Amino acid sequence: MERAHLLHLYTQMLLIRRFEERTAEMYALGKIGGFCHLYIGEEAVAVGAVDALRPDDYVFSAYRDHGHCLARGSDPKRVMAELFGRSTGLCKGKGGSMHLVDAERRFMGGYAIVGGHLPLAAGVAFAVKYRGGDQVVLCFFGEGAVPSGACHETLNLAALWGLPVLFLCENNRYGMGTPVERAVALYADVAQNAAAYGIEAGRVDGMEVLAVREAVGKALEQVRTRKRPYFLEAVTYRFLGHSMADPAHGHYRTKAEVDEAKKRDPLLLLRTRMLGERLATEADFKRIEQEVAQIVREAVEFADASPAPPVTALEDDVYA
Amino acid sequence: MKTTYREALNQALKEEMRRDDRVFLIGEDVAYYQGAFKVSKGFLEEFGSSRVVDTPITELGFTGLAIGAAMAGLRPVVEVMTFNFALLAMDQVVNNAAKIRYMSGGQLSVPIVIRGPGSAARQLGAQHSQSLEAWFCHVPGLKVVAPATPFDAKGLIKSAIRDENPVIFLEAQLLYPVQGEVGDDDYTIPLGVAEVKRPGTDVTLIAYSKMLLVALEAAGKLAQEGIQAEVIDPRTLRPLDLATLATSAKKTGKVVIVEEGSRRAIKFLSIWRLSTLSVSGRSAGQVFVIARSETTKQSHETKDEIAAFPVVARNDTIRHIRRIGGE
Ligand SMILES: Cc1ncc(C[n+]2csc(CCOP(=O)(O)OP(=O)(O)O)c2C)c(N)n1
Ligand SMILES: [Mg+2]
Repeated sequence: MERAHLLHLYTQMLLIRRFEERTAEMYALGKIGGFCHLYIGEEAVAVGAVDALRPDDYVFSAYRDHGHCLARGSDPKRVMAELFGRSTGLCKGKGGSMHLVDAERRFMGGYAIVGGHLPLAAGVAFAVKYRGGDQVVLCFFGEGAVPSGACHETLNLAALWGLPVLFLCENNRYGMGTPVERAVALYADVAQNAAAYGIEAGRVDGMEVLAVREAVGKALEQVRTRKRPYFLEAVTYRFLGHSMADPAHGHYRTKAEVDEAKKRDPLLLLRTRMLGERLATEADFKRIEQEVAQIVREAVEFADASPAPPVTALEDDVYA
Repeated sequence: MKTTYREALNQALKEEMRRDDRVFLIGEDVAYYQGAFKVSKGFLEEFGSSRVVDTPITELGFTGLAIGAAMAGLRPVVEVMTFNFALLAMDQVVNNAAKIRYMSGGQLSVPIVIRGPGSAARQLGAQHSQSLEAWFCHVPGLKVVAPATPFDAKGLIKSAIRDENPVIFLEAQLLYPVQGEVGDDDYTIPLGVAEVKRPGTDVTLIAYSKMLLVALEAAGKLAQEGIQAEVIDPRTLRPLDLATLATSAKKTGKVVIVEEGSRRAIKFLSIWRLSTLSVSGRSAGQVFVIARSETTKQSHETKDEIAAFPVVARNDTIRHIRRIGGE
């Protein structure tokens, strides 16, 4: 991969990292409320995967969706404004943290009923097939969704009808406080859940953005040409708590475990690699850091200066 | 032309599928079996298996899939074999279909129709006899339609398919063979508009779906006794045409609602709001509800069914109306 492309991936991951850090600060200041789930630690999955898409492909996510939305190229200003609940937000302030949608970029949304968006992703793929198109649907979900009926019904339908969906399971090892081995019978190889339906399945190190990029690229190629679904498990880790209400460690996992995982911080891994291979210099990273800081600062300023939706907007868009 | 409710739906759906190739039918046994109640007779031959899609028995999965297809610009018609099974898809209907437009700030739309028989028939037992319209009416973002006649079924299903919102379309198993006059032309009936099915002055009877037939029969009998009942079919339950109902309530000052849901469920239909409307100085508070009895609901025995559901054969139904209407 070329230097420019690698730097782009790094920039995207850093943007998500810094954006999420500022989001936490804004939450602490009371600028953002409600449920809010940060993506810190998992950036390589969104950035590597979305990088392999075409602009006319579709993306679905769950409620931990800021990273996927930013990776898809949504304007950070409008994403932050949405978190603030302002009328300039992507969804006019009515989606919020868990329901980001950017239809122009075919980012079809964040959904907060665990497993509930998988059938939607299959449905968009059904529409693609119905029209004879060659787009694909990339559907992110946590390993917590895997045992759900929605997931299994969808896998069956997608396999049965040959629907072009890449099911990308972000296995960050926990669903809130429940570790995967206490939730998924086939926890040691989560993708086996899909293999049972005859769906081709694989697994990738979700901390290595280049590995994700390559695995997703290959998987999408198959999905697109063979018109079959694919299930990819990306093994990752969330560095912070489940939501703003949950500390990074405590009852269900130890500080030592979190610290151990942070040694494989996706930003650190890419940076070390690029420096080692002399594809970038410290000066490059310093420059990127400044650029990203500027983008995030502007995003917060934009959100803060934006108006709240008028009360009358409450009833807008309930019906067409 | 006289035809059945079933045939009216069949015709309307076919016409819509011919008119717009984004429209497709999906559900259990809709293609080869031609629908559990034969509503999709002849569809597979005419439209092929890409537009008449048999599904596995996974209501959550295929309803959710159809919602996704609607988000991508198709216009799915989902047949649920009966609405009792739609309960398995309730999360998809409530959390996705109904909310996606709102949550996306209007960026996405879900033009979907979910249709099938939605009330009790004969001796089907507790799990196949429910009237769940009040559940659906409770959800902002959904429209709920329940036609009673073949004519209305045809015109309303067309409007439902052309509507940009998710529409729950409740048919009734016992109505499928009922005959009525149906237009040959491509007519539509707007959603949200009630119709006075029989004019009268003494008491207003509000009834939808197959209870309309009960109300009309009762009105006929009452007329012989000199009580002129006005019978109104809301046809769409959400949004409800309160103006038409209220106009009649103001005229008669007495309202009887005849419906099949359980007695408590009616409170969730905004028809109940009639009781809060002020009618010429006094409240139209004389709103009586004749509904499924709580105790014997969904009984398996035919004679209990007569006791449980509003039917004219049951003396107290007519007695109720007579008492209210004659007061
Ligand atoms: C159907 C449903 N049940 C429970 C919840 C509450 N809940 C929100 S997130 C979550 C854990 C999900 O874990 P996972 O899918 O692994 O995603 P992660 O948070 O790890 O990204 C739970 C139980 C929910 N949103 N939906
Ligand atoms: Mg998880």
